[in-house]
Amino acid sequence: MLTKLTNWSRLKSPWILHLNTGACNACDIEVVAALTPRFDVERFGILLKATPRHADVIVCTGPATRQMKDRLVRIYEQTPDPKFVIAVGACAMSGCVYRGAYNVLGGIDQVIPVDVYVPGCPVRPDAVIDGVVKLLNKLKG
Amino acid sequence: MKFQIPIGPQHPALKEPISLRMTVEGEIIREADIRLGYNHRGLEKLAEQRTWIQNIYLTERICGICSHSHTTCYVQGVEKLMELEPPKRGLYIRTLVAELERIHSHLLWLGVAGHEAGFDSFFMYTWRDREIVMDILEIISGNRVHYGINTIGGVRRDLDDGQVKHILDSLEILRKRSEYYKNLGTTEPSFVARLAGVGYLSKEDAIALCAVGPTLRASGVPMDVRKDDPYAVYGEIPFEVCTADTCDVLGRTVVRIQELFQCYNIIEYLLKNLPAGPVAVRAPRRAKPNEVVSRYEAPRGENIHYIKSNGTDKPERLKVRAPTLGNYAATIKMLKNGFIADVPLIFAAIDPCICCAERAVSLVDVRTGQEKIISMNALKQLSLKISAGKVRKREAEWPL
Repeated sequence: MLTKLTNWSRLKSPWILHLNTGACNACDIEVVAALTPRFDVERFGILLKATPRHADVIVCTGPATRQMKDRLVRIYEQTPDPKFVIAVGACAMSGCVYRGAYNVLGGIDQVIPVDVYVPGCPVRPDAVIDGVVKLLNKLKG
Repeated sequence: MKFQIPIGPQHPALKEPISLRMTVEGEIIREADIRLGYNHRGLEKLAEQRTWIQNIYLTERICGICSHSHTTCYVQGVEKLMELEPPKRGLYIRTLVAELERIHSHLLWLGVAGHEAGFDSFFMYTWRDREIVMDILEIISGNRVHYGINTIGGVRRDLDDGQVKHILDSLEILRKRSEYYKNLGTTEPSFVARLAGVGYLSKEDAIALCAVGPTLRASGVPMDVRKDDPYAVYGEIPFEVCTADTCDVLGRTVVRIQELFQCYNIIEYLLKNLPAGPVAVRAPRRAKPNEVVSRYEAPRGENIHYIKSNGTDKPERLKVRAPTLGNYAATIKMLKNGFIADVPLIFAAIDPCICCAERAVSLVDVRTGQEKIISMNALKQLSLKISAGKVRKREAEWPL
């Protein structure tokens, strides 16, 4: 009964933390644009949270720079279980144009485990929503 | 009693990773220090390994909000190096996209300023109207954020009559909405009270600390590259440089709202006087050995690219001075003797684009905590010493 209830509430209110790990800002504004009236992810109960301790889902953008690596791990550890990571954009997936640069690790999955990849350079807000909804379906069954 | 408060790199008030360290006495900030490097990706080095054309798409990804600024600045420089003269129609379309980008950036900023001031409905309103501009950009270029419209010697896509009509119709809606924001932003008592007097930067300080863009213009200095050193077709377009003399966040808001109206006028002028003809000329693959400095007025201020060619199809050096970097020194001045609660607002008021500004490298010795700036030659020597006898980079496999 209790697990059913927690699962239900988890599905209805996936709170996200937006984390930039060296992205060019394009994916970041598209993630924010997904929160605004045209796309409005709040109708799925998705809310942008300020601290990792309140979040269920970490939305990561950017190719993971060396400087951000330790911070990324720390933020991942601060997020309470169960936690999920969405890699948003081509950079977060593989490094995009920055692949091979000396200060770039080339993808979020080099540092922390990733559940959903959303392609695009930059992603469209619709794609972000699609990614989150796919994650919710994964949770369901 | 003094305390040190670190803010960032991941912090609710910041959208991008940056670290601010503030020494406070009670509520008042006495010292401020900005730490950079969380977003440093090594873009200038990457640029040296790619061809002139490939670099357009690389410079586009320096920043997602002012992507057109960086490509235009780069492309203008390369055109000078290759001694190319882009056709008039190409320049008009390039300027059109630049102005649309300015509108979308300023609307975005207005929203963020509203959000930081605790006025979230303002944020939602401006971002809703920003989608109109994003639609226009998508119609013109096929993309919402990275337009990819610039190419060496012109632009890649032409405009047709349907698109022109759509843009003019959308401008009417935007004008009406901006009028509303102007009233709201300058007369709504609680909003004005929150912004007025915050982040004071006097005219003398603004000049001495090399502030750029709306931050400088809000301190009463009418400086705009579009007017002072016209590039593209700005020499023949009638427009005004907007300034304010309140020297605070309110002034920066007013300057940006006024610039929105100038943008609408410029776009209308461009579309009504759009010349016929081709949009691009063919560009050579190599550039003669030379060097060039290219200036561009990005939405955040003056953007400078320095490009050096050596006769091959790749640049020898590309140096980017993004507008945000020019504003950091002024930000520290603005933060000093202010309240902690004003930090997000003051910091947001320069419209920081951290990904643009992450260019410099300073080395920190982890064991001693000592920080030093190393010269390029010393760095070269060091790298030679370390890599002596190892596989050459071209043959080496990427460790990831």
